[in-house]
Amino acid sequence: MTREPHQPAENDAAPGADETHGIGGYLIGLAAAGVLTWLSFTVASGTFVWGPGIPAALVALAVAQMGVHLVFFLHITTGPDHSNNVLALAFGVLIVALVLAGSLWIMAHLNLMMPTTMPMDGGP
Amino acid sequence: MSIAATHPGLTDPYKIGHEGGESQAVGHGEGGPAPTKVVVGFGFWIFLLSDIIMFAAFFAAYAVLSPATAGGPGPHELFDLTNVKIETTFLLLSSFACGLATIAAAKGRLLNAQFWLVITGLLGASFLFLEVREFATMIGKDAGPQRSAFLSAFFTLVGCHGLHVTAGLLWLGTMMAQLWAKGFQPQVMRRLLCFSLFWHALDIIWVAVFTVVYILGVSQ
Repeated sequence: MTREPHQPAENDAAPGADETHGIGGYLIGLAAAGVLTWLSFTVASGTFVWGPGIPAALVALAVAQMGVHLVFFLHITTGPDHSNNVLALAFGVLIVALVLAGSLWIMAHLNLMMPTTMPMDGGP
Repeated sequence: MSIAATHPGLTDPYKIGHEGGESQAVGHGEGGPAPTKVVVGFGFWIFLLSDIIMFAAFFAAYAVLSPATAGGPGPHELFDLTNVKIETTFLLLSSFACGLATIAAAKGRLLNAQFWLVITGLLGASFLFLEVREFATMIGKDAGPQRSAFLSAFFTLVGCHGLHVTAGLLWLGTMMAQLWAKGFQPQVMRRLLCFSLFWHALDIIWVAVFTVVYILGVSQ
């Protein structure tokens, strides 16, 4: 059985290297991102969403738009040839979540436990 | 013997025998190293993720420090959402133009690719101009980074993104010169791939910036 010395498998793809999407994918991505951006600004300005729910709605819209960018612009898909890229992305998201949630949690807790409450916006 | 040969009914879930019959690549690295394009793209993807983690730290610092205005101006007095809308539009269209340049380059159309790269650069420069003008206005109103912890965190986070855009514009100019001088050589195409990944990733960071810093800042 002879093998070519360098016949690389086609089961790996570089991120962003998916030429099959063509201009159609970019157009879909542009339209979706535009709509999501417009929704973000509309939700913030109007009485579109129940007041206390606005931050949650904005975060949801932002996460959705990041997903749109990842899929249609960076071409990070769930296909089998993208498993390396997706695994790296999942690890990155994990670290980002730890950094954000951990910092906010610890600092909020510290503020709560501060013996003398010094208002942070009071200034010296 | 590949799975597809011994079990014709199986659809070869691990893509072992996708050459049909005997496989060239049997997994476990026996098929030789991945193509350079894949290795370079993956490596740059890892860099981008580490960059995003750095931004996450700045975002965490901003979220913690944003109430600490030290009696100075807060988001309400400083941020102009109309300006942010225009900036967002410029950056999104710039990302789109970069995608069109990638397509044109993949098809080997030099002038087409250069045209869309110019559009990408012009939109990016317009974004940067608006951001610098906003910074200058804020500093002029005695709301520079030294005014309060909130403003320090703001200028660090948004300024870091702006620095990335500046670096991206320099890189863009370099790529246009290389395309012009060297044409569509494989190494130039790999650099173009990395540049487009960088530019699209900056747009993702900006989505988080305009949501967390500007919209949430003004709406609270």
